[in-house]
Amino acid sequence: MENRPLEYDYTVAKMFMVSTIVLGIVGMLIGVILAFQLAYPDVNLMLGEKFAEYTNFSRLRPLHTDAVIFGFTFNGIFATWYYVGQRVLKVSMAESRFLMFLGKFHFWAYMLIIVAVVVSLLAGVTTSKEYSEFEWPIDIAVVVVWVSWGVSIFGLIGIRREKSLYISVWYYIATFLGIAMLYLFNSMEIPTFLGQSAAGESGIGDWYHSVSMYAGTNDALVQWWYGHNAVAFGFTVPIVAMIYYFLPKESGQAIYSYKLSLLSFWGLMFVYLWAGGHHLLYSTVPDWMQTMGSIFSVILILPSWGSAINMLLTMKGEWQQVASSPLIKFMILGSTFYMFSTLEGPIQAIKSVNAIAHFTDWIIGHVHDGTLGWVGFMIMAALYHMAPRVFKREIYSKSLMVMQFWIQTLGVVLYFTSMWVAGITQGMMWRAHDEFGNLAYSFIDTVTVLHPYYAIRGVGGLLYLVGFLMFAYNIYKTMSSRRVEESELQSASPMGA
Amino acid sequence: MFHWLEKHPFFFAVAVFVTIAFAGAIEIIPNFAQASRPTIGTAPYSTLELAGRHVYIKNSCNACHSQLVRPFKSETDRYGHYSLSGEYAYDRPFLWGSKRTGPDLMRVGNYRTTDWHENHMKDPAGVVPGSIMPSYRWLFKNDTDIDTAFAEQLTVAKFFSVPYNKPVPMKDGSSIVVKMGSSIEDAKAIALAEAKLIVADMKDQDVKDAVAKNKIPEIVALIAYLNSLK
Repeated sequence: MENRPLEYDYTVAKMFMVSTIVLGIVGMLIGVILAFQLAYPDVNLMLGEKFAEYTNFSRLRPLHTDAVIFGFTFNGIFATWYYVGQRVLKVSMAESRFLMFLGKFHFWAYMLIIVAVVVSLLAGVTTSKEYSEFEWPIDIAVVVVWVSWGVSIFGLIGIRREKSLYISVWYYIATFLGIAMLYLFNSMEIPTFLGQSAAGESGIGDWYHSVSMYAGTNDALVQWWYGHNAVAFGFTVPIVAMIYYFLPKESGQAIYSYKLSLLSFWGLMFVYLWAGGHHLLYSTVPDWMQTMGSIFSVILILPSWGSAINMLLTMKGEWQQVASSPLIKFMILGSTFYMFSTLEGPIQAIKSVNAIAHFTDWIIGHVHDGTLGWVGFMIMAALYHMAPRVFKREIYSKSLMVMQFWIQTLGVVLYFTSMWVAGITQGMMWRAHDEFGNLAYSFIDTVTVLHPYYAIRGVGGLLYLVGFLMFAYNIYKTMSSRRVEESELQSASPMGA
Repeated sequence: MFHWLEKHPFFFAVAVFVTIAFAGAIEIIPNFAQASRPTIGTAPYSTLELAGRHVYIKNSCNACHSQLVRPFKSETDRYGHYSLSGEYAYDRPFLWGSKRTGPDLMRVGNYRTTDWHENHMKDPAGVVPGSIMPSYRWLFKNDTDIDTAFAEQLTVAKFFSVPYNKPVPMKDGSSIVVKMGSSIEDAKAIALAEAKLIVADMKDQDVKDAVAKNKIPEIVALIAYLNSLK
């Protein structure tokens, strides 16, 4: 009895897998629309003058960032947690009716929040703080959902059979704690219905409107402490959690070094939070804070590369798998983009480089080589690995995967190269002086020059979206049209053959 | 120690939390009070300006326009004096932005006029050939939400002691008083008086007619806000 493999319950993981894919399509589609709006402003009127307010770049932009962060990425994080968590803790969700209920509650409540976010952002109800645009009623709902995920994590840990927490679980715990702290402090706000006029009127104006607890420079500091570290605990920490599980599983190789994983985990926890100040270089926050942000950003290369190198060395002696398995391709290129992006970030955080890079498209390029190359590839790889096991069916098409990989890689490369050129061009033009010391270019000169790069970027984004649709189709066909296997595919990877 | 932590999830979580929390505490707390003080000459937003700021936020203008002049010659030549911390003391939220798809607006009130904004919001490329900014024609039709702006004034006056109806020192030694209404009706009357000064410089007949009927289209509030950025 004891030796029988556990039957894990993937009900909640499946739900989050579907939402990851749907919201990925939505978020990336909006992204492509935005890219073409910058290249061809007429796209702002794609549904006509009547709907211009809702199809306009500035209304859609927060919707894009939130759809890919809180829609695609976080649903991917939840999907993988409800899969990986059970397996590394050696306990099934089905063993606890409470945890099962909580998992389903987590999913449906999160979907309701997403609907509320879409409606409110389209209507222009926003606090304007990046990736934290939600007004207080949604913030409260987010806290409820987040706590439910926390209870779910620690509940599963509480009934675990495997006493030692695997590396991935460290990272999931850190994700939970980090986002909880950041979100709570950054979203501190006072609802304006609390204001009372001298005439005794109260509850004036929109009930959902609020005003930030912090003003000006302090608000900026708290926001970028949040904004930078939301990237840390959304785009780095949980994605590292995924690769620590899925790469060894898929390749059949053990993690190269436990000590290196320790060093990079605690190093990342210690260093990351200091680096937020690099978003505020040459601003009005105190100089010592800017310098700290700069220095710690450079130090951050160490723990980031620690994880990435650990992944690459895990493949030692097994590099032929990169050629034979499309899934390994995704994960190895993902790790490589992670190294690339975590080197580029610190370079941009050096003050003299930042003077050129800040406010330009180079930053947009940096974000996207990280998100498309690392986060996107890793989440898709995780879902590809999970699909045969949770649906008990072989992946529909391996050749489609390979094609998708190359199309998306081309898309990412077009994206970041065009944005590098655009960003550095614009940064240099802004500061250019003529021989008399006057500004050499008017602002509009520095905009029109970017047109070709914006067009190339749009094509790059479109290719990535096409690849994502191929991914969605592949998973859909896997779910619906393949023969159901007798039991879970235990050992041999479906990609290995 | 690490092995032990990995077998004790509670203490593991505490260790992670302490490791990530103290950096924020050290960075944010020391200069908090100092960074909250306004510079001389910085006044709170009037009712209409605050309503205009809400229009600015509603349309995410901050997605493409920064409000932060960095201390470089190229920036001070283009936009004016570099930003000072105290100038933002009444900005809740801050609107520095993170991307300059369009130019900085920190001091746009110094070099653009009401009618420039009016024409530009209707047809940006008509005013600045080659502009990729979309037009914002709906601002000429939507009504401004004065109630919410008034509620925000009351809230910040109550919770953050923002000096409404009190003398605020100016650079030349004089002082001004920014009025906050005593009731909703009063607040609307104050906003309307401000709006009438703005529309006097505008050409759009529909907007003029609306203000004559005691309505304030969003464009009027937005221009009031943009003109206040100096």
